[in-house]
Amino acid sequence: MEDYIWVIPLAPLVAFLINFLFGKRLSGNGTAIIGIISVLISLVLSILVFTQVLGAGGEEALNFDLYEWIASGDFRVGIGFYVDRLAAIMLLVVTSVSLLVHIYSIGYMHGDPGQYRFFAYLPLFTFSMLMLVLSNNFLELYVFWEAVGLCSYLLIGFWYYKKSASDAAMKAFIVNRVGDFGFGLGVILLFLTFGTLAYEPIFERAGEGEIAGSALTLITLLLFTGSMGKSAQWPLHTWLPDAMEGPTPVSALIHAATMVTAGVYLVARANPLYDAAPGTLTVVAVIGVVTALIGATIGLVQNDIKRVMAYSTISQLGFMFFALGIGAYVSAIFHLFTHAFFKALLFLGAGSVMHGVGGETDMRRMGGLRKYMPQTFWTLTIGSLALAGVPPLAGFWSKDEILGLAFVEGHYVIWALGTLASFFTAFYITRLIALTFLGEPRFDTHQIHPHESPATMTVPLWILAILSIVTGLALGIPPEAGPIHSFLEPVFAHHEVGGVAGEAQHAGGFTPMTIALMLTATAVSLLGIALAYLMYVRRLPALDPQVLAGRFAGVYKMLYNKYYFDEIYNALIVRPSRALGDGLWRFDARVVDGAVNGVAEGVSDTSGALRRAQTGFVGNYALAIGVGLVGLLAAIAFL
Amino acid sequence: MYGNNALGFPILSLVTLLPLLGAVIIAFLPRGAKNAVRWTAVATAGIDMLLMLVVLFSYNHEQAGFQFREQFEWAPGLGLQYYMGVDGISILLFFITSLLSLVAIVYSFGNIDHRVKEYYASFLVLETGMLGVFVALDLVLFYVFFELTLIPMALLIGIWGHGRKLYSAVKFFLYTLAGSLVMLGAIISLFVQTSGAPGGPTLNWVDLMRLAPNFSYGFQLWMFWGFFFAFAVKMPLFPFHTWLPDAHVDAPTAGSVILAGVLLKMGGYGFLRWLIPLSPEASRDWAVVPITLSVIAILYGAYVTLVQRDLKKLIAYSSVATMGFVVLGIFTFTTQGVQGAVLQMVSHGFISGALFLGVGVIYERLHTREIARLGGLANLMGAFTALFVLLSLANLGLPGTSAFVSEVLVTLGAFKVNPWLAVPVYAYIIVSAAYMLWMVARVFYLGQPQGVHIGVEANPAAGGHVGGHGHGHEQGHEPAAGAALPGMKLWQEAVPLAGLALLSIFIGVWATPFLETMQPAVAALLDYLGVPPDTGTAFLR
Repeated sequence: MEDYIWVIPLAPLVAFLINFLFGKRLSGNGTAIIGIISVLISLVLSILVFTQVLGAGGEEALNFDLYEWIASGDFRVGIGFYVDRLAAIMLLVVTSVSLLVHIYSIGYMHGDPGQYRFFAYLPLFTFSMLMLVLSNNFLELYVFWEAVGLCSYLLIGFWYYKKSASDAAMKAFIVNRVGDFGFGLGVILLFLTFGTLAYEPIFERAGEGEIAGSALTLITLLLFTGSMGKSAQWPLHTWLPDAMEGPTPVSALIHAATMVTAGVYLVARANPLYDAAPGTLTVVAVIGVVTALIGATIGLVQNDIKRVMAYSTISQLGFMFFALGIGAYVSAIFHLFTHAFFKALLFLGAGSVMHGVGGETDMRRMGGLRKYMPQTFWTLTIGSLALAGVPPLAGFWSKDEILGLAFVEGHYVIWALGTLASFFTAFYITRLIALTFLGEPRFDTHQIHPHESPATMTVPLWILAILSIVTGLALGIPPEAGPIHSFLEPVFAHHEVGGVAGEAQHAGGFTPMTIALMLTATAVSLLGIALAYLMYVRRLPALDPQVLAGRFAGVYKMLYNKYYFDEIYNALIVRPSRALGDGLWRFDARVVDGAVNGVAEGVSDTSGALRRAQTGFVGNYALAIGVGLVGLLAAIAFL
Repeated sequence: MYGNNALGFPILSLVTLLPLLGAVIIAFLPRGAKNAVRWTAVATAGIDMLLMLVVLFSYNHEQAGFQFREQFEWAPGLGLQYYMGVDGISILLFFITSLLSLVAIVYSFGNIDHRVKEYYASFLVLETGMLGVFVALDLVLFYVFFELTLIPMALLIGIWGHGRKLYSAVKFFLYTLAGSLVMLGAIISLFVQTSGAPGGPTLNWVDLMRLAPNFSYGFQLWMFWGFFFAFAVKMPLFPFHTWLPDAHVDAPTAGSVILAGVLLKMGGYGFLRWLIPLSPEASRDWAVVPITLSVIAILYGAYVTLVQRDLKKLIAYSSVATMGFVVLGIFTFTTQGVQGAVLQMVSHGFISGALFLGVGVIYERLHTREIARLGGLANLMGAFTALFVLLSLANLGLPGTSAFVSEVLVTLGAFKVNPWLAVPVYAYIIVSAAYMLWMVARVFYLGQPQGVHIGVEANPAAGGHVGGHGHGHEQGHEPAAGAALPGMKLWQEAVPLAGLALLSIFIGVWATPFLETMQPAVAALLDYLGVPPDTGTAFLR
C-alpha cells in the first residue's frame, strides 16, 4: 500500500495543475475529462486500499512520513500518511461522491465561461480532502483542513462577480477561521502536552491516564471549535446556508457529502482523546442535538430549495455529533457514510430541478414538475425517503442506530430531542418534494419550459439513489452490530480497555428493545411525512400553511428569520469590529501620529524661537559675547 | 585575512560593494543615455544576484558561526575593523535583499523616466547599504551601512514618489534618523566602555559577545534602550509605526517593495545581532516591553488594517501586524519563537514585496489605489488576479505558504512563554482573513474600476452562454472578459510576482531547509543568553 497510497491524492493535484494553468486552452469537456480521469484513478486505488485494509484484519495502521516539513528544535512535523479502516472508508466516500459530482458537472456546468476554473478547483478540493483524511499528524490535518476551506471559498465564490456569492464565500472563510482559531490553539496545546503531533504516540498516551484530564478537556474543546466551524454546528453554523451561492454540484460534494463532515471525522479520528475527556463529549452531544433541532426547525419554513437542504445538512451533522457525544462513534461514521450519498443525491437532484427550470430556486415558483422531469422526481424522492428515515432506506438504519443508542445508553433527553428533530426532518423534506414536484405548476408555463436533465446528470442521480437504498441494508443489519461495526471496531477498539461507556459494551442486534425503538422511529418519520402530505398535497383547510403561519406568527417569524443569528452576529461582532478599527485608526492618526508630528512641530517651534536670537546685528552678538565672558570669568573667580 | 572562507576571495565584499560600483559607473554615464543607465543597473543587480547564489550554495548549512569572514584592521588605534561574515540568520536576509533589489530595479525599467541616472544611482547605493547591514560584524561598519540606506530611500520617496511625497520623505528620514542617533550615542559609550577592557577598544561582534555578559546591569540597560529605539522605529513597532503608511503610500512602487521587503527587516535583524547580544541580562528582564508592544502591534495593526480605504495603506498597515510577529518571536527567546521570527522576516519579504509590486501593477494601469474606485479586475486581468489573490492568501497565513509556518512557530513560542499571549495573537488569523478577503472582493471580484467601461450588459458571448443553458438565475451576469487593460509585462511583473509567490509556497510546503540553515545561529544566541530554548523567558508566567 505504501508504494501507491500517495497516488490517490496526487492524481487530482495533477489534474488541478493542468486545468488551472492550461485549462483556458483546453475545451470545457477536456478539463472535465482530465478531472474525471484523475478522480477515477483515486477511486480505483481507494477501493484497492479498502480491500487491503479489510484483508489485513485491522490490527496495524499504515503510518509513515513522506518528508520532514517543519524542524524547529523539538517541534518536528512531517507530511505523511496514516491509513486505517476509518481513513479507508473516508477515502471511498470522498472519491466516489467526487467522481459522480465530476460527471454530473459535465452537464451542469456546460457552457459556463469559467468551466476550466470549476474543473480546476474541484480536483483541488478532492486532493485537499483526501490529504485531510490521510494525514498522520494534527498539523498536517490542520493544513488540509484550511485547504478544503480555501476550495470551499473559491467555489462558493465561483460566480465571484455576484455580490451575494462573493459575500458568502468571504463569510464561509472567516467563520471557519473563527473555528480554526480554536483548532490551531488546540494543536499547539497538544504539542506542548504530548511533545509531538503525530497521531499514534498521542493516541497511545491519551488512554494511559498520565495526562491531566483538565488538559485533555481543554485540548478536545479547542479541537471541537474547529469541528464546529467546519461542520457548521451552532453557533458557527451561519455560513453554510449562504454557501449555497456556489454551483449546486459544489453544494453536493463540499457542503453536504464531504468537507462539512470533516468535523465529524476529526472527533472520530481523535476518539482516544475525546474518550479521556468525558466533559467534552457532553458538550459535543449537547451542541449536536441543539444544532440538529435548530437546523430542522429552520428547514421547516424556508422556501429556497437549496437552503432547506442546507439546513437539513446542518441538522444531520448535528445528529452525527450527538452520536459522537454519546460515544457511538461507529454509528456517527455510519450516518456520515449514508448521509454522504443521500444528501449528495438530494443536492444533485435540486441542481437538476434548477437546471430544468432556468435556475429558479424558490419553491413557491415551482410545483407540478413531476411530469416534466420524472427521473429527477423519482431519484429525489428516494433521497428524501432515505433522509426521512423510512425503512429500509439507508438513512433509516444509520439514524435509528444513533437514536437507539442514545436511548439504550440512558440519554433520554437527547433521544427525545433527536426524535423530535427526526420528525421535523420527515416533515420538511416531504414539504420540499410536494412544493417542487406535486400539485399544479406555479410558474408561467409559457415562459419556462421545464425539461429533464441530460444523461450525464441523471445517471449519477440513479447511482446515488441505488447507494441510498442499499448502503443501509448492506452495512447496518443487524442494528448496532452490522458489518460497519465489525469493520470499524479496531479504530475504536480501546473502548473495551477503558474510557467512557461506549457501544462496545452494548451488544446490539435485533432485540425487543431495538425493535421497539425502530418501530418508534419509523412511526415518527411516517407521522412527519403524513402531516406534510396533508398540509401540502391534500391541502386540508384546517392545516393551511398560511393560516398556521398567521396563528403562530411569532414562532413562524423566528424560524423564517433563522433565529436572527446573522443579525445578532452583525450587531455583536461585525459592526463593533469595524467600529473598533475605525476608532483605532482615528487614534492612530490623532494620538500616535499626532504625538510624532507634535514633537516635530515642537522642535521646529523651538528652533523658530531660537532663530529670533539670530538677529544679524553685530552689536547684539558683541553684547552677548561680553555678557557671556563676564559671566564665565565671574564663575571661574568664585569657584 | 580570511577566516573560514571556502571560496578564497572576499565574496561578501564583492556582493556588498558591487552595487556601489554600479552607481559610480552610472554617475559617469551621459545624462541622456537612459537605457544605458537602466541596463547598467539591471546588469549590476543581476550579477550581484548571481554572486549571491554562489554564496548561498557554497554556504555550509550545518556549520555554526560566521562563514566567508573578512577581517581587516581599519583604524587600528581606535579598534575599528572592516569585519564581515554571514551566519544562518543573516544569509537568508542577505539573499532576499539581493533578490528584491533585482526585482525592484527590473520593475523600474520602464516606469521611471525622470532623473533616471539619479534614480538608479540611489537605488544601487541603497542596495549596498542594505547588503552591508546584514554582513557587517563591526558595529561602526554596521552603523555606516545602516545610515547609508537612509538618504537614498528618502530621495526615492521625495523625488520619485507621489502625493505628499516631501512630507513622507522628511518624516521617514527624521524619524529613523532620530532613532539612529540614540543608537549612535549607545555605540559611542560602548566604545568608551570597551576602551578600558583588555584588547580594547573594540566594536567587533565577536569581542563584544565576549565582553557584554560582564557589562554592569546599568550599562546593559543603556545598551538595550539605546539600540531599542533605532530598531523599533525601523521595524516599525507600535507606537513607532506611523511613518510607514505615509512612506509607503507616497513611495514609488519599487521603493515600497524595498521598504517593506528589506528595510523593515533591518530592525528585526538589529535586535537579534546587536541589541540582545549587547544586553543579555537586560534583554531577558525587559523583554516584556517589546513583547507587549508586539502583541499590541499585531492586534492594533490588524484592526486598523480592517478599515483602510487605500490599497497600499492596507498592505502597509498589515505589515505592522505581520512584523509584530517578528518582535514577539524574537523576545520569546525560544527556538520556535526566534526561528519563526526569522522565517517571518523572509516570508514577509517575499509576500509584502510582491504585494506592493502588485499594487504598482494596478496603479500604473488605473492611476488609483483607492479601493472604492477599483473593482472587477478579475474580469480584466485574469492571470494577475490569480497571482495577487494567491499572495493575499499568503498574507493571511494560509497553510501551505510561508507565513503559516512562521506564524505558527511564533505563536508556539509565545504559548511557551505565556499561554495568554498566544490567545490574542492567534486571533490575528481571523482579522487578517477579514481584511485581505474584503480587499480581494472589492478590488478583484465585484463591480468594475471607475473610468474603465467593460460593458457588462453588452456582452453577447457570455450572455448567450448563460441564457442558452438556463441557469442564469443562479449565475447572474457574467461580465465580459474584455481586454481593456494591458496584461502583465513578463519580466517586470509576471515573473517576479509568480517567482515570489512560489518562494513563499516553497517555504510553506518545505520549511525544514530554511529552519535548519538558521538553526546553529539561533541555538548559539539562546545558548549565549542562557535561556532554556524549550521554555524561553518564563518571566510572564
